[in-house]
Amino acid sequence: MKKVLMGNHAAAVAAKLARVQVAAGYPITPQTQAFELLAEMKASGEFAGQFIAAESEHSVMAAILGAATAGARTFTATSSQGLAYMHELLHWVAGARLPAVMIDVNRALAAPWNLWTDQTDSLSQRDTGWMQFYCSNNQEILDTVLMSFKIAERVMLPAMVVLDGFTLSHSYEPVDVPSQEDVDAFLPPFNPEFSLDPKRPRTFGALVGPREYLRLRRRMAADMAEAEDVIEEVGQEFGRAFGRSYGQLETYRCEDAETVLVTSGAVGSTAVAAVNALRERGLAAGNLRLRSFRPFPAKALRAFVRPGLRLAVVDRNYSPGAGGIFAQEIKAALRPASGICVRGTVAGLGGGDITVELLQEVWRRAHDAPLSASEAETWAEDSR
Amino acid sequence: MKTSIPPQELMRSGHLACQGCGATLAMRYALKGLGEKTVFVIPACCWTILAGPAPKSSIDLPVLHSPFAAAAAAATGVKAGLVARGDRETMVVAWAGDGGTFDIGLQALSGAAERDENFLYVCYDNEAYMNTGVQRSGGTPEGSWTMSTPGARGSPRPKKDLDAIVLAHHIPYFATATPAYAEDMTRKFAKARAVKGFRFIRVLSPCPPGWKSDPKDSVRLSRLAVQTGLFRLYEVENGVARVNVPVPRRKPVGDYLRAQGRFKGLTPEMEQRMQRGVDALWDGVGK
Repeated sequence: MKKVLMGNHAAAVAAKLARVQVAAGYPITPQTQAFELLAEMKASGEFAGQFIAAESEHSVMAAILGAATAGARTFTATSSQGLAYMHELLHWVAGARLPAVMIDVNRALAAPWNLWTDQTDSLSQRDTGWMQFYCSNNQEILDTVLMSFKIAERVMLPAMVVLDGFTLSHSYEPVDVPSQEDVDAFLPPFNPEFSLDPKRPRTFGALVGPREYLRLRRRMAADMAEAEDVIEEVGQEFGRAFGRSYGQLETYRCEDAETVLVTSGAVGSTAVAAVNALRERGLAAGNLRLRSFRPFPAKALRAFVRPGLRLAVVDRNYSPGAGGIFAQEIKAALRPASGICVRGTVAGLGGGDITVELLQEVWRRAHDAPLSASEAETWAEDSR
Repeated sequence: MKTSIPPQELMRSGHLACQGCGATLAMRYALKGLGEKTVFVIPACCWTILAGPAPKSSIDLPVLHSPFAAAAAAATGVKAGLVARGDRETMVVAWAGDGGTFDIGLQALSGAAERDENFLYVCYDNEAYMNTGVQRSGGTPEGSWTMSTPGARGSPRPKKDLDAIVLAHHIPYFATATPAYAEDMTRKFAKARAVKGFRFIRVLSPCPPGWKSDPKDSVRLSRLAVQTGLFRLYEVENGVARVNVPVPRRKPVGDYLRAQGRFKGLTPEMEQRMQRGVDALWDGVGK
């Protein structure tokens, strides 16, 4: 059934459809409506799980750690400072191999205060062991939350579904909401092999020595690598069930493109319009949107590129002293390949507009760059 | 032989505690009161080690190790997770030291207490950060030597009144305990099991390396703490307080303080001040 939903509500509705058993939350702009809708659905009986309104994000993620170790399917939502405050617990949940799912509504980090979209919050968590999926519209938010539970519970790693603050979180779009029966058929109940159970006493998270620690990390690395395939499989399976397929990468008019915009999140939708505008002028433009950032889709990316291709990477994030984070990771993944120009541009930090015109300019700069260029990132600003 | 304390042992031999550790006695008696259907959440504290490094375990119950600041929040989640899976019987116990309770874990503790989460929070209070090698915590008494309050005078501030902070949350059950009074302690844990909502027990837990005391004196010290009036054994049920072990003739606080090397720097003035504090407190609540 089609419903007009804001991004935050699309996520909460998906959590309910996933039959989440424990949801926890704390209010933070621009995530708050996801938390509020869960509370409302709990009050009305529409959401049958346990709902914890904790006193901080640190405690929210600790509650998720406890509930998931007890064997429950868990969900939460946060943003920006809240995600940063959760940082310690993100390591705990991933290290404990718990398949929790959370939405992060992208928002810049202080100082100075800023409420608007910027990927630095989620990308700062890239080394925690959480999978990260970036969405470009509200339909994709709902669908990705559902797929995330399936992927997370197969590889036993937590997943973060990322959406742009305000641009998606507060924008209303028609969303096809699947029926509970169809979701149940796609997503069976979560039944972990190990959980806190007095009948079978086990210890979780105890001290281990270097040998066990390294082996557990290696195991995590192997499962992260496997997740690349699982994401593709579940994306296809979702397509068979609901008519919308997803992969780690989404390409648009890339077959004969000479220079390809590389985007993520809602910028991916704008980039489609930018590519159309460039194509109308006879320019060989395409768009490549990265849907998964962890695991990094290195295999898929290497299969995508060909010698002579220019990639114009748009980063709505910045790692001081290094540059745009997607650009860095793409360069690292493509290092073995030669003859490809990767040019990073930092744009739209703290909610700055990334317009069709700006993306055309970013594309043009990359298109005109020498193929062998290995230059520092550039910055682009909406000129209005 | 009929005993007043359940004979069942849920704690194993072979734990990694120091000789004379009060926290092992505390766990042993707690388990006798709590029984089998119990799950533990343990944040960073001595019991992180005492519970056993993987794959060993010194208690026959499930344990979730949690981050330092988050015992009460993780326990909140465990209870919610168990209930969500249809298990309303299992008792959830957060088991934390004074550092994880008085200091870094206070926010999560306050949050869970205020929400009246349905679990038991236990603070085994050995009055300093003992697992990291005796540094001052908010539970360290005035005049006590620690590694982070060196010098003759020891810790400069009085012990934080955590009981008052916890009680300010209007919780259904609060108690103090110490291993020298094993029957009192076991009874309180059994009672806590039967109560619904947020329950809190603070256990005074002697620590020979941190208190610079003889391991054989741990039970004696925990008894002296009560008999000098420095540590009151009481419980508060739905706002009604009751002293469980009245001390009609209190011993001088010096009996307790002088048996511990950590109070070596205590001046006669400080000792007198502590005595006056104890006297005022007890005269206030009656004998």
